[in-house]
Amino acid sequence: MDLAALLGVQVLYAIASLALISLGLAIIFGMMKVINLAHGEFLMLGGYAAIEANRFGLNIWIAILVVAPIVVGAIGVVVERTIIRWLYGRIIDTMLATWGLSLFLVGLTTAIFGNTTVGLSAPLGSFEIGRYRMSAYTLFVIAVAVAALAGVLAALRYTRAGLIARGTMQNGAMAAALGVNPGRVYAVTFGVGAAITGLAGAVLAPVSGVFPSIGGAYVAKSFITVIGGGAAIVTGTTSASILFGAINQLATYATTPVFGEVALLGAAVVLIRVLPQGITGRFFRRSL
Amino acid sequence: MSFSRRQFLTSTAAASAASLIGFQGASAAEPIPIASLLDLSGGLDIYGKPMIDTMTLAVEEINAAGGLLGRPLKLISYDTQSSMQLYTQFAQQAALKDKVAVAHGGITSASREVVRPVFDRFKTLYFYNVQYEGGVCDRGQFETGVTPAQTVEKLVPHAMKKWGKKVYVVAADYNYGQITSQWVKKYVTENGGAVDAIEYFPLDVTNFSSTIAKIQAAKPDFVWSALVGGAHISFYRQWAAAGMNKSIPMASTTFAVGNEQIVLSPNECNGMLVCYNYFESVKNPENTAFLERFHKRFGADYPNVTELAMGTYQGVKLWAEGVKKAGSIDRMKVIEALETGISIKAPSGTVTIDPPTHHCVLDVHIAEVKDKKLLLVEDFPQQKPSDTAAVCNLIKNPNDNQQYVIKI
Repeated sequence: MDLAALLGVQVLYAIASLALISLGLAIIFGMMKVINLAHGEFLMLGGYAAIEANRFGLNIWIAILVVAPIVVGAIGVVVERTIIRWLYGRIIDTMLATWGLSLFLVGLTTAIFGNTTVGLSAPLGSFEIGRYRMSAYTLFVIAVAVAALAGVLAALRYTRAGLIARGTMQNGAMAAALGVNPGRVYAVTFGVGAAITGLAGAVLAPVSGVFPSIGGAYVAKSFITVIGGGAAIVTGTTSASILFGAINQLATYATTPVFGEVALLGAAVVLIRVLPQGITGRFFRRSL
Repeated sequence: MSFSRRQFLTSTAAASAASLIGFQGASAAEPIPIASLLDLSGGLDIYGKPMIDTMTLAVEEINAAGGLLGRPLKLISYDTQSSMQLYTQFAQQAALKDKVAVAHGGITSASREVVRPVFDRFKTLYFYNVQYEGGVCDRGQFETGVTPAQTVEKLVPHAMKKWGKKVYVVAADYNYGQITSQWVKKYVTENGGAVDAIEYFPLDVTNFSSTIAKIQAAKPDFVWSALVGGAHISFYRQWAAAGMNKSIPMASTTFAVGNEQIVLSPNECNGMLVCYNYFESVKNPENTAFLERFHKRFGADYPNVTELAMGTYQGVKLWAEGVKKAGSIDRMKVIEALETGISIKAPSGTVTIDPPTHHCVLDVHIAEVKDKKLLLVEDFPQQKPSDTAAVCNLIKNPNDNQQYVIKI
């Protein structure tokens, strides 16, 4: 009974971390159709931002929840204005450019921070589920993921800015004709996507440590989740995370972490074969 | 004046012959090249960086004393960037292009097994200075690191007496972790205990949550860790985050080798037991003098000289003694000189080469992690490499060339 509860929390945690790392990419790739191969590096930068801010004496919660998203969001806006702006519609070129950007970011971080793993101690201590103990930080990660998904959904559906963003992504020329500055909308949306990614990287930093090339471990899973999720941003990310996260964690528990990853990839292959448009290409079609 | 072709050729030949004479004279002080193949970047740089520092110090000390055979040493340092591919590439480069007198390097056992055949093929002397799983039997190579018979055999009964008889093993998923966990199982069973389970993790795994749950379900008396590398540090973090470090203690044959006790907070790793050849807290005059010289060279705030760093320093000094005894840097002559059982007084104690195995007789200590430091708990002087000696005798079989793996 305790074991079932423990496993349940771990599955929720796997789903939550998958959703967090994919949400920013869902905005950038799902909404803007920009293939951002530097996504893993945004996560890494978020982790470093939180760790460095904490090292300078800032409270750990502010470092994770405030500093990291702002820093990476700003970097995202700069990247959009300097690199991505010129390449809308040119998918292969964007891939090449963001790939180069990811190499640049890895090299820059290595030059500044060195190649050693740095980390944070997970705050919040532990709690008990019957006979078992678990880190209370996992509950925090789950809470942040839920809040991020809810926040993005609310922003897109209920705010004017969200409406403008959705409209501009659908038809930029029409939005421009109605008095919206598409360039600014693109920049801000990319920045928001990067900020959420930075938040995800910072939240996961106490769990796995951060080093310059940690992006590579995350980027594949994020893309798989976003593509598996389909066109809808929040619903797609959520449904794909639930599916893949649960499969991954249950397979990891049954065997080893390696087979957990294999199971996730296997599930992704099957999903794309069965539902080529992703989950929201067939279910929840009109949702956000 | 017109130069005929014949005159031109004669004068050019004379000039080059004259310059060659000068060149021959200069080669008397030609440096002896030695190579290091270490991971100075990537996930394994926590091991490699202290090793290159002590190697640099060793080379500088030898050169300050006049070099070897009247020639200075030239250290060619290769950064293998935690990549096996680069190990092979740089090993070939060191052997063929630089034609080094000796190569010191390899950190993981996987990297050692990758460069060993390369150095054998190109007849380059090779020193592997890292603690490992034992069993390498190769006349062209010397191992100066501790092996399970020297460390695991001492740490297992000590931990079992302190904590209990049920053990859960977590190990890195490559030859070192796989073989060492078998040694742990052997010694645990011999001492009347039982291993609950052995779990293997590839070097880039950072998600240990389900393993921690399984360990809690198994309720062992202590956990044995043979985890390796930067990514596996997150196991200790997640273990402490789940509060487990207060209820189930841990022993390890790899912890602190990468200065993990400094990277983690004291709360996360206090109380862990480790067993190695060298600790900064070993008390003898050589160690005091060494630390003074080391801190003068690299700064008083240098974190901690690790076991691997001292292994490298000792390896270079042993090789230097071999060269002095042989009177030459020729590979076979140095090997034969080292096989007479050369011994040095090193900061870790006396280090003697064991001729039949090409391993070393070393002092060994058990230490406990406390507040980012390692405090000695028990000492075992002059331990022989009995695990390798049981299967390897290079005096009887000089052409033996393999790694013997323990079978349980």
